[in-house]
Amino acid sequence: MADFDVPKFREIPIIPKLEEGTMEHSKPYVAKADFQQPLGYPGELVDNWKEVAIDKMGELLGKYRSFQVFLDACVKCGACTDKCHYYLGTTDPKNMPVGRQDLLRKVYRRYFTFAGKYFPKLVGAEDLSEEVLDDWYSYFHQCSQCRRCSVFCPYGIDTAEISMAAREIMDAVGKGQKYCNEIIGKVFKVGNNLGLPQPALENTLEGIEEDVEDDTGVKVRYPLDEKGAEVLLVTPSADFFAEPHVDGLIGYGKVFHEAGISWTLSSHASEAANFGMFIGSYENMRRVSMRIREAALDLGVKRIIFGECGHAWRVAYSFLNTLAGPFDFLDPNYPVPQHICEFTHDLIKQGKLNLDKSRNDDMSLTYHDSCNVSRASRMGDTPGGQFSIPRDIIRASCNNFYDMSADTIYDSTYCCGGGGGLLTDDLMELRVKGALPRMEALKKVVDEHGVTHMAAICAICKSQFAKVMPYYGFTLDQIVSVHQLVSNALILTGQKSDDDDDDASDED
Amino acid sequence: MSFVSIAYTALFYAAAIVFLVGVGARIYRYARTPAPLKIPTTPAPTTTGGVVLRMFREVVFFQSLFRSNKWIWLFGWIFHFSLLLVLLRHIRYFQDQIWLWVSLIQPFGKYAAFGMVIGLLGLWARRVLVDRVRYISAPSDHLMLALLLGIGLSGMMMTFVSHTDIVSVKAFFLGMIRFSPQELPTDPALLIHLFLVALLLIVFPISKLLHAPGVFFSPTRNQVDNPREKRHLAPWAAELEK
Repeated sequence: MADFDVPKFREIPIIPKLEEGTMEHSKPYVAKADFQQPLGYPGELVDNWKEVAIDKMGELLGKYRSFQVFLDACVKCGACTDKCHYYLGTTDPKNMPVGRQDLLRKVYRRYFTFAGKYFPKLVGAEDLSEEVLDDWYSYFHQCSQCRRCSVFCPYGIDTAEISMAAREIMDAVGKGQKYCNEIIGKVFKVGNNLGLPQPALENTLEGIEEDVEDDTGVKVRYPLDEKGAEVLLVTPSADFFAEPHVDGLIGYGKVFHEAGISWTLSSHASEAANFGMFIGSYENMRRVSMRIREAALDLGVKRIIFGECGHAWRVAYSFLNTLAGPFDFLDPNYPVPQHICEFTHDLIKQGKLNLDKSRNDDMSLTYHDSCNVSRASRMGDTPGGQFSIPRDIIRASCNNFYDMSADTIYDSTYCCGGGGGLLTDDLMELRVKGALPRMEALKKVVDEHGVTHMAAICAICKSQFAKVMPYYGFTLDQIVSVHQLVSNALILTGQKSDDDDDDASDED
Repeated sequence: MSFVSIAYTALFYAAAIVFLVGVGARIYRYARTPAPLKIPTTPAPTTTGGVVLRMFREVVFFQSLFRSNKWIWLFGWIFHFSLLLVLLRHIRYFQDQIWLWVSLIQPFGKYAAFGMVIGLLGLWARRVLVDRVRYISAPSDHLMLALLLGIGLSGMMMTFVSHTDIVSVKAFFLGMIRFSPQELPTDPALLIHLFLVALLLIVFPISKLLHAPGVFFSPTRNQVDNPREKRHLAPWAAELEK
């Protein structure tokens, strides 16, 4: 099945001994000129790349306090060394957060610090060389920017910030990553990561409308580019066709229908994800974000709501106001933007959704906290709402719910292994190995509580798990969308009750 | 004045200047560099008061480190807390009239030296014994521990083994503060102790000791979680909107 060894579940999750160089060979495809240039980067490695790289590093040091402080402050205490899922899954020491940071820090020290300029050996400083650039390309594409290390660092050093800077430097010298840069180009050209044009979206949404009507007997609308709608829904483009994503989209539509609120998708902003963040490019991230502002203005909506997507929610919650604000043209009674889970949660609290939990009795659920939702954003009014709100929704929709081990959920959650621009087939080995800690935690609740399915609210998590779970003895349909559960449980006003219903509730 | 006294007077003036200017310049750089995006590690406080509290827990109790690794936390916290007591105890060498609280902590400050040394030895043991920590250690990481341990041990020599002429030491430092240099006693433990302290002051602004000011400037810890309520815009990012 794979041309690499799939890690075995560890009996007791002890910290593995390090083995140098085990993932040195892992490198994603380099972006060709066609994918580099639309983003404003050189098409291939420039001749004076060392100079350009050091200049770029200097520029970033002056633009990002995080980058400057994080490079200085590390004391090499070792607290982060066992916190990265990629280290746990690969045992390569350059996948320890500090090991990864040091690849860049040693060059920073050499060119920007007194100690590194005059005593390089003493402080582990190193000249920028082709080997170093190779290492950067390899290992800064083995970080999913999940921020787990930053939770445990006594100074809050976030390796994601270092990875983003490294990728921006590599883009600046002409060594960008194909997967991310090609996708950002598609967003600029077509409007979404998958390159789905307006007619294809329209077609898909019509199909969904028919399916839902066949299923429920109720005409639920899935509108596109409808001017004057109250809500603009921005959702990851995977929601339009991939499983289990599309079941989530069906759920959003049903929830809007029951709320009686008009809504629309936009073909101009048909993508929630913002890969500009993955490559650390403020400018590209801003350009992608502006499409949402443009769509909101063009359609004359009053609110913006985001669908289930992890890194997207980080950019939306934490950055959108900065990148594409101010949103003073929207209804000030609602936060901008809102998460679909916040929206659904409010409706549940108000008792506006008729949820029959027994309709999900064929499943026993656990919930995977997506990394960037957990550690880089919030839902609701109070810190930690990003943990409680999705769980409240699941509990309102299902009878059987069990959390995984405490050290693998909430802000200690493990990344799915495919975030941060790594969800590409050329990094399959990394993705499988990086999923190990989450798969172990899942195995435990499967064995102890008979859990059958894991719910998530991130397009990357869903795609990643659907792909890697079979490597670990699960099936690809064991990952579900949270709004899929809502969709299953929700009895629409006027919906014909089917006979199975009564049988299922008897089992309670 | 003896050659040694002149040399140490010069050394300490130089070290003090390097320390103050170096750390000051670094802090200025941290303060001046913008944080263009809201990146607090969440869940994060939604108010400034909450952020102050979070920072307090980090700086005083090493909260994140406690969650992370109990051994590093234990040795690290013992070392830092002991160092604090030791430093506070040393205030007495810079004042004519010793503040009451400085007198009161004197016995604790004396024995805190043991805590310092135990903490440092624990951290060093980890650096040597744990393969992951050994891998990330540069020579400077070992030397920094050696330096601090040297300061602690030479200080303890004077406190517990062979006392130095502490009255003259105090006169020396009061003299420095008043810009009227005085003689310094010349027993080896004192000279070693003071030399290492001067060295520490000099390397502070060019080493990982910058974690001390750095922690206060860490955007993942010092930002308020309110991006939806309040628009956050760095000056260079605002330029892009023109």
